[in-house]
Amino acid sequence: MNLIAKRYSVLPGFGLSLGYALFWLGLIVLLPFAALALTASTLGWTAFIEQVSAPRVLASLQLSFGAALIAAAVNALMGFLVAWVLVRYTFPGKRFVDALIDLPFALPTAVAGIALTTIYAPNGWLGRYLEPLGVKVAFTPLGIVVALIFVSLPFVVRTVQPVLEDLEKELEEAATCLGADRWQIFRRVIFPAVLPALLTGSAMAFARATGEFGSVIFIAGNIPLVSEIAPLIIISKLEQFDVAGATAVAVVMLALSFFVLFLINLLQWWTARRHGMK
Amino acid sequence: MQTTESRPVRFALTALTLAFLGVFLVVPLAAVFWEALSKGWDLYAAALVEYEAWQAIKLTLIAAAIAVPLNLVFGVAAAWAIARFDFRGKSLLTTLIDLPFSVSPVVAGLMYVLLFGVNSAIGGWLAAHDIQIIFAVPGIVLATVFVTFPFVARELIPLMQAQGQEEEQAALVLGASGWQTFWRVTLPNVKWGLLYGVILTNARAMGEFGAVSVVSGHIRGETNTIPLHVEILYNEYNFVGAFACASILALLALVTLAVKTYVEWRIERQHTASLIRTQQAREALA
Amino acid sequence: MSIEIRNIEKRFGNFTALDKVSLTVESGELLALLGPSGCGKTTLLRIIAGLEQPDAGQVLFEGRDATHQHVAERQVGFVFQHYALFRHMTVFDNVAFGLTVRPRKVRPEAAEIRERVMQLLKMVQLDWLADAYPAQLSGGQRQRIALARSLAVEPRVLLLDEPFGALDAKVRKDLRRWLRKLHDDMHITSVFVTHDQEEALEVSDRVVVMDHGHIEQVGRPDDIYEQPATPFVTRFLGDVNLFHGRVEDGRFTHGDFAHALDDRAGAGTDTAVAYVRPHDLDLARARDGALACGTVEHIHAVGPLVRVEVVPAGGDAIEVVLGKERFRELALVPGEQVYVTARKLAVFSGDYAI
Repeated sequence: MNLIAKRYSVLPGFGLSLGYALFWLGLIVLLPFAALALTASTLGWTAFIEQVSAPRVLASLQLSFGAALIAAAVNALMGFLVAWVLVRYTFPGKRFVDALIDLPFALPTAVAGIALTTIYAPNGWLGRYLEPLGVKVAFTPLGIVVALIFVSLPFVVRTVQPVLEDLEKELEEAATCLGADRWQIFRRVIFPAVLPALLTGSAMAFARATGEFGSVIFIAGNIPLVSEIAPLIIISKLEQFDVAGATAVAVVMLALSFFVLFLINLLQWWTARRHGMK
Repeated sequence: MQTTESRPVRFALTALTLAFLGVFLVVPLAAVFWEALSKGWDLYAAALVEYEAWQAIKLTLIAAAIAVPLNLVFGVAAAWAIARFDFRGKSLLTTLIDLPFSVSPVVAGLMYVLLFGVNSAIGGWLAAHDIQIIFAVPGIVLATVFVTFPFVARELIPLMQAQGQEEEQAALVLGASGWQTFWRVTLPNVKWGLLYGVILTNARAMGEFGAVSVVSGHIRGETNTIPLHVEILYNEYNFVGAFACASILALLALVTLAVKTYVEWRIERQHTASLIRTQQAREALA
Repeated sequence: MSIEIRNIEKRFGNFTALDKVSLTVESGELLALLGPSGCGKTTLLRIIAGLEQPDAGQVLFEGRDATHQHVAERQVGFVFQHYALFRHMTVFDNVAFGLTVRPRKVRPEAAEIRERVMQLLKMVQLDWLADAYPAQLSGGQRQRIALARSLAVEPRVLLLDEPFGALDAKVRKDLRRWLRKLHDDMHITSVFVTHDQEEALEVSDRVVVMDHGHIEQVGRPDDIYEQPATPFVTRFLGDVNLFHGRVEDGRFTHGDFAHALDDRAGAGTDTAVAYVRPHDLDLARARDGALACGTVEHIHAVGPLVRVEVVPAGGDAIEVVLGKERFRELALVPGEQVYVTARKLAVFSGDYAI
């Protein structure tokens, strides 16, 4: 273990703890990834392109990423608002509301899925008021967006909240003394400070939404080419024993998740560097 | 000095926020319980004591009972290595631990099918020895372990890094062995963070749908967890049954939130105490 | 127990924390490691404790090699800078910890542990806080509990890392005297690290002054203060005025002025710097024996002392500290021309004391 350790430490258990952690990481995480990589590598380029560019697959990928993007955008706005109100204003029951924000993390996705479907169905609690207005939510792409907003709601709130809390009051006081009005202070003092966290939170919400399955399949209606999401394509291909097809779609989704992960890391590195310079 | 918005603006923003949260969070939650009890308590109770529902509950508990301790031990080991030592590849290891969070649960399930399914080398060997993993309980447990893999480690690593290792060094200087140091100094200091991680792990383990759905095979009364059972009942238009089972999971979610809020409050208090201490030290220096 | 350190080297990456350091700590003495931050003093202390491993060199306890002995086997007491009290244990449990982790065979009975812990708590005058938690204590109380905890295991050596670093000035002075008294009662070999020269000079039997991983000087506090071996030690131990000049024929010359040195000075000539503490300077209206002359710029009377700032033409200000009596006798006025004379100067040519 001396080859790996950079510095001597009096604390014992380095070899044991690292060895154990690596063993489980290998078994639970890396081995399945290797299986996917191995299967994907036997596919070949032409077969891969063919699989991925099939109209149904393409439509589902477009839907998954497009709906996730819209949901992330809505959450960027609303999540920011929620964080803002929770940090800066007081109202009765604030602690309770704050705890409730994590509900989408705690509530199993399938439960959220059937609940949302019931609410937005044409005869549901909200659906019955939307139907006469010509707005159909359940069994349409709009329903998918609603479900994705639900599951990815906490990400933006929970990343922006601590940054807003840490913002020094003196900055705003200084800006006020210098003659700035509230809107100018928001745009030029507060917003730039919160922007990295807002972007990170939105990226995390987007990543989560692209892969989401449980909450979506009930409300989506799963109409091919219209409201069929990419994870569902993987499952249906698997059910038809089309392992190659399922793998190809999975590889595309995985590539996108890694890209977003990379973006998030880049953002955090950038923020850390900027703070370091301060 | 005035550093907030005017009263009407504050009021409007708060109202908008509460309305948004009301529609997106409270209404769905209320709908679960409302629908479950829509036909009265008798039907609700009957849906829960049904054989298949009972089997699903049992399987969910088994999967969580295996996944949680496994990830607990892994998380503690990983946190000890990462937060207490300097070694090559540490940031890579931290990234790899987080990997399961950035993978779609369905893709996670697929990876296990590819690894242990009949078409793979391992799957072939297992089939020859009559061991079934995919479409059986072991597959469900493995998929659950995968999706909940990072929770404990993720809570513990920043906590232990923030606490530093002076207390452990002090214990060693006083003659304590490694295990004594771990049990009597390290663990009591991180117990709230550990509990927090365990709660999150448990909630996700019991509620996981996508990954488990891929590897389960949906055999009624055998490989259905509660969320999968909910799906089946719902697709059969047995709404009372589906929402009755869903209400158990929703209750679990509420308990999770309550415990989480309590633990956060404890951690915050501990943190404030240490903040006050550093503050005092700083004042003393000045 | 005596400690011998032989040619210890320690590097962190490209940074050399300790460069071939050798030192002997006599049995029963209280030794101070003094130096600015980054000089390697804490690293040396941690190597003695076994909390760090040296890259080269040896640590001997009572003549026996302990370099590769684990920290738990060295029987040292270590007091951490930020105390490192176990935050989830009461004061009593903190102090008892070292006894309760012993293997069952050598562990004292519960009653005996209790008695010993209470005795230690009485010694540090905090027995009334036995059931309190560390977060409820003041800095000075925590420091004393940390000390009691390290003494509970009857260590052969007591090592203290910046023991008074995080305390306010008043508590610091009290604890200093208290530590000295404790050491006089117990006579346990002790080493403490500090960056505060006053603390080192007041408390310790001997002082080790360190800089950049080297030992600059080892000696009794008054020797170090009166006869600093290097310019660094001179500067580090307090305010000092610098006079650049030459050493010629047993005299130090500075511009037109000269100061006779005692016969230690060689016959050769060389550029040199004279270091003179403000209170070793005097002012006069006559030129005899003067080292410089200048205008009185500022006069600050603080308590029993008067600080006078004299600025020579085209030179840096010279700080002179006079007693109230002497100041009255001179009846100085700002703007007046005076001569500066030195009672005692330390002259260094290159790095060597003359």
